Order: sequence, then structure tokens, then C-alpha cells
Amino acid sequence: MLEIKNLNVSVEEKQILKNLNLNIGKGEVHAIMGPNGSGKSTIAHTLAGKPNYNVDSGEVNLNGEDLLSKDPYERSLNGLFLAFQYPIELPGVTNASYLKQIVNAHRKSRKETPIDAGEFLKILKEKSKLLDIPMDMHSRFVNAGFSGGEKKKNEVLQMDLLNPSLIIMDETDSGLDVDALKTTADAINKLRNDERSFIIITHYLRLLEYIEPDYVHVFQNGSVIDTGDKTLASRIDQEGYS
Amino acid sequence: MNKVSKDNFTQEKYKYGFVTEIESEKIPKGLNEDVIKLISKKKNEPDWMLDWRLSAFKRLENMSVPKWAKAEIDEIDFQDLYYYSSPKDFKEKPKSLDEVDPKLLETYEKLGIPLKEQKVLAGVAVDAVFDSVSVATTFKEKLNEIGVIFCPISEAIQKHPELVKKYIGSVIPVTDHFYATLNSAVFSDGSFVYIPKGVKCPMELSTYFRINASETGQFERTLIIADVGSYVSYLEGCTAPMRDENQLHAANVELVALDDAEIKYSTVQNWYPGDENGKGGIYNFVTKRGLCKGKNSKISWTQIETGSAITWKYPSCILRGDNSIGEFYSVAITNNYQQADTGTKMIHLGKNTKSRIISKGISAGKSSNTYRGLVSFHKKAKNAKNFTQCDSLLVGSECKANTIPLTENSSNSSSIEHEATTSKISDEQLFYCMQRGLDAEEAQSLIVNGFCKEVLQKLPMEFAVEAQKLVSISLEGSVG
Repeated sequence: MLEIKNLNVSVEEKQILKNLNLNIGKGEVHAIMGPNGSGKSTIAHTLAGKPNYNVDSGEVNLNGEDLLSKDPYERSLNGLFLAFQYPIELPGVTNASYLKQIVNAHRKSRKETPIDAGEFLKILKEKSKLLDIPMDMHSRFVNAGFSGGEKKKNEVLQMDLLNPSLIIMDETDSGLDVDALKTTADAINKLRNDERSFIIITHYLRLLEYIEPDYVHVFQNGSVIDTGDKTLASRIDQEGYS
Repeated sequence: MNKVSKDNFTQEKYKYGFVTEIESEKIPKGLNEDVIKLISKKKNEPDWMLDWRLSAFKRLENMSVPKWAKAEIDEIDFQDLYYYSSPKDFKEKPKSLDEVDPKLLETYEKLGIPLKEQKVLAGVAVDAVFDSVSVATTFKEKLNEIGVIFCPISEAIQKHPELVKKYIGSVIPVTDHFYATLNSAVFSDGSFVYIPKGVKCPMELSTYFRINASETGQFERTLIIADVGSYVSYLEGCTAPMRDENQLHAANVELVALDDAEIKYSTVQNWYPGDENGKGGIYNFVTKRGLCKGKNSKISWTQIETGSAITWKYPSCILRGDNSIGEFYSVAITNNYQQADTGTKMIHLGKNTKSRIISKGISAGKSSNTYRGLVSFHKKAKNAKNFTQCDSLLVGSECKANTIPLTENSSNSSSIEHEATTSKISDEQLFYCMQRGLDAEEAQSLIVNGFCKEVLQKLPMEFAVEAQKLVSISLEGSVG
């Protein structure tokens, strides 16, 4: 469902991704590991279409369509979801109204009517419960003053609400304590199905112990230097990247 | 922001820019005693009113246009303006809506202000002012039953002269400054409100100002009096046709709150702002002042300023009564070549007086947006307190934002707190929202509405949603 061919990306004139190739099939979970500066986050941002991430050459197809020519919001509407490593604060915007608005943006693109307030509240309650999110968090402003754990859970909640086909998680485990990690991983596991693919970017084995990947890729200097199954992750955890 | 927003968003046309094709009757151009006498005669005014106007005009002859605003203003030829325009054959205000010209009813319908009582917003009484005359006032009788007077000021001058005589010019003296004095000389219509002792007005009162005729200035005059222990919430809205010329709107609004009374005054100002090259638009030079005359009184100004080529207004509070409270909540949005110089004055005279100022300025395009404020504590203002917060948000890199907060303190037991921030909508915020499926404009409007939230939620419920939409529309075309 996702094909990355010979992708070269630079940020501020500096080449980060070099001839990257990666294929991700339907329903597969791929982990990307690698040292700092190896290009892990760059691939996440490039796929989501972040400004200033310049694609010098290469091709990316998502569900058979060219991804790189699309605006970031179109990529979202086409099923790509990026869980941010550092979720952004939106002062003055309550979480509930924000969540409702993004849900409605997706409904609109499917030519559906805006969601009824009562129905939305019901869904929000259900999904928040799965993540141990108290409802009063939704009357606070988006991510403003949220703890690290709350921010990450809020990302997973959005992921659940928007029903994406490709989920990219950029170090979703960072900033989570053991309990929060387990709750979050459980919620993510519930989202796994035959139609949905994942790219999990992480430094650590511990998230992958909860969410078992089908493939593990090791990044170095902007390309994949090693690919294996989940045992590769354990090996790296013990032996390091060198 | 190359990739994200390179689309050219087509700017939504100013929705209220149409002209009503109706024959109008104007008095000759120019500013002189004859014109003032003619206006007074048209309004069938008593002699004392005419004398008052003429005394203002005498003062005016020795005054000049103030020049200190942070705005570039083309010189106005005051002799080349019409000072009075009304729909033709509009001798007397129609007694019922059945007598109102259908074209006028249609105009207000198009503006979203239906005047027929079965269609009007429940709980909102409307006075509709078209150029220089009030064409209809809804719910008048119903309000009358509880003693609330809500009518055009021209009618109040005839029917309630004792109230008008007592309070007109008591907050904004005829000698105040050029535009205020000009208004005192030539004012045409506006609203008059009197809330009797102990009455909490059960409806929102509102006035809708519409400029229609060309080369015509609108000089509205509004006077609101809240008697002891009463409460009223009042809202005004304003729109005008799209024209290449600049049109002048110079209003005077006076509020008087007696002991334990409260007045909440909200404005949604959406005068034609001019086109994207800065041509045309309304010059909105307005004097608004409230007097907290009695103890424990409260006056609260809320304004959403999105229109006009130039906005120049400082809704102010004179806190004379002990324990009185003044508030000012403002959102001012400028786009393209608009200029806004707005803020407030809080004059603390009484003991334990409190004031609160929350100002949100948003500038986009090549516009300029200035907050100018004065907080003044007089000697007798023991334990007076002020809190001021001025936030500016810049959209793009060609606009300007200024904050000029002044303070004068002659009281040694008072306190002033001031906070000011300037921020830009960050690319990170936009990208985050877009990653979740909002396009660039939706993302921007979400962020801007969040920035103004504190002020928007001060508006009466019926108007808060409209105001939110207006905030988004005003910034259209400014992304990228």
C-alpha cells in the first residue's frame, strides 16, 4: 500500500534521506530504528508533507496514488496519519471542538454530513475510556499545559477518531511512563487490522515488546542498512547500532 | 510556507456590499448653519435641540481635525459631503412594518436581520437605521409594558425631552474633539434606551446601522441610560455597500449607569473595508464613552472590529461611582490595506474602582493595527485596580502591530498590571492542523478563533457564532 522508491530528501540544503527504498504492505507493522540524526523523523515528516522538507528525487505511492504532489491536508484525508513526537499546542481552542472539527473535515471529504453533537460525545467517551483519558481533558485547550503522557494519548485518540489506513508514529513512546505506555500500546493494538499499516519510529525496544512489528528496519545516514523481523530489534537493543 | 499554501485562495467578496435601489432624498451638500437647521427641521425638533446643535457648530468652527492617530487618512472635504439622506417620501417613521417600503425590509432580510416579528431572532429587539433615519423598531410595545424605552433618538427628543436634555452631551461634551463635536452638530439617527429603576431588560436590544446612499456621511447618535439597579445588554451591527469612495461614519455613543446598574455594550463592526488594493471603504471615526455615575455600577464594552478602511475608536469608561467597574474586550482584525487604531480609556475617579482591558489585535496583509490605551488613576481613586492584556497576532510578514499603553497615576494605593504579547501563527501549528485534515484556511481560522476566544465568548450567545464566522472571513486570502 505504501511504496517509497529512490527517495532523496533535503532540509535547508542538507541532504538527509539518500536513495531510500521501502515497501509496506496492507496490514503490516514496520518498525524503524536508528541512531539520532539517521533520518527517522525526516521520513515521517516527508510523508506527511511538512514544508521545507524538499524532495529532490524519488517517488512515493500510497494506495496506488502519487503522494508527493498532494497537500498535507489531502494526505490526511487520504488516510495518512502522523502521530507527532512533540504535539503542537493550540491556545484558546478546546480539545473537544478541535476533535470534532477534524472528524468533520474527514466526514466532509467523504461527502457525509457533520456529526451530530450527541453522537460525537458518545464516541468521544468510548474512545477516551480506552486510553484512560478523563473527559475534562477535552474542555482544556489542545495540548496546552498537557503532560507528556496526555499529549501522546491525545495523538492516539485522534488516530482512533480519524480511522486512517497508514499510521506513522514518531517516537510515540517518548515521554510515557510504564503504565501510560501499556495503556497506549493496548489502544494501538486494538487499531491493528488487515487493512491498516503502521510505521513505528522508535529508539527503544520497550514499545515493540507491546506492539509486535512484522518488520524492523535499521536506518543509518538516511537509508536502510538492515531489515529483519522483530528479533533484529532485540539484537539492536543488546548490541547497539554498530 | 511554500508547499502548504501556494494555492491562490479566492477571496470571498464582502457579502454586504450591495446597494439598495431606492430613491433617496438628500439635503444639499455642505456643512453650514442652514444645513443644521434643515436637519433639525426634518427631524421636527424642538428649539432647545437646534440651539444645542448650533452651539456645537460654533465650537466646531474653531476646531481642527485631529492628526495624532497612527493612520494615513486622506483629507476629507467636509463641504463636499451630504449630511442627511433618507428614503424618499419618508416624512414620518412608519407606524407599523406594513407601511415600511418592501425594498427596505428586503434589504434587512438580505443582511440577515429580518424585521418582521414572526421571523426575528427570539429575544432580540432591533432598531434599523438606514442612512440618516430609523426605518423600524421591533418589540417596542412589548418593552414599553415594563417601562423600557427603546426608540430612535429623534423620537426620544420629541417624546422624552426631559431624559434627553438631562443626559445628551453629559458624557461626551459638545466641546470634546472635532469629530465628536461635528456629530453633535449634524447627528441624524441612532438609538435611545432608558431602563427604569430595578428593571433587568429581558431582551437583547440592538441597532443595525446601514449606509446606503453615496457621498453621504452617517452621524449616528446613541444614548443609553440605565437607572438605579437596572441591567441592559445592547448590540450594534454595521455594514455598507462596496464603493470606490471613502465614506465617513462619525458616531457618538454615550452610556450612563446609575447606582448598581450595569450596561453591556457589544459591537460587531463590519463596515466595507475597501478592496484588496486599499481602494474605498468606510472611515470609522467613532467616540464611545460610558459614565459609571453611580456606586457599584458597571459598564462593559465588547467590540469585534473587522471592517472599515480606517477604524479609529476608543470606547472608554469614566469610573466616577465608588466600587464601579469598567471593562473593555476587543478583537480588531485588519487585512489588506486596512488601518485600525483602537483601544480604550479607563478613567478611575472613585474609590475601589476596577477596570479590565483585554485586547486582541490580528493583522494580516499589508495592514496596520494599533492598540492605544490610557489608564488613569486620580487622587481620590483609592485602591483602584486595573488589569490590561494586549495580545497581537501577525499573519504574514508585511503587516504592522503596535501597542501604546499609557498610564497616569496620582493615587498611591492603586495597582496596574499589564501584559503584552506579540506572536505569529506558527508554521508548526498550521502543519499540525493540516496533518489532521484541515486545509490552510480552516487551520488558520481555527488558530485565530482560539486567539480571540476570551473576547468572543463575551458576546451575547446569539451573535457569538456569527462573529466567529466573521473573524474567519475577514482573514480570507491572507494565508501564504
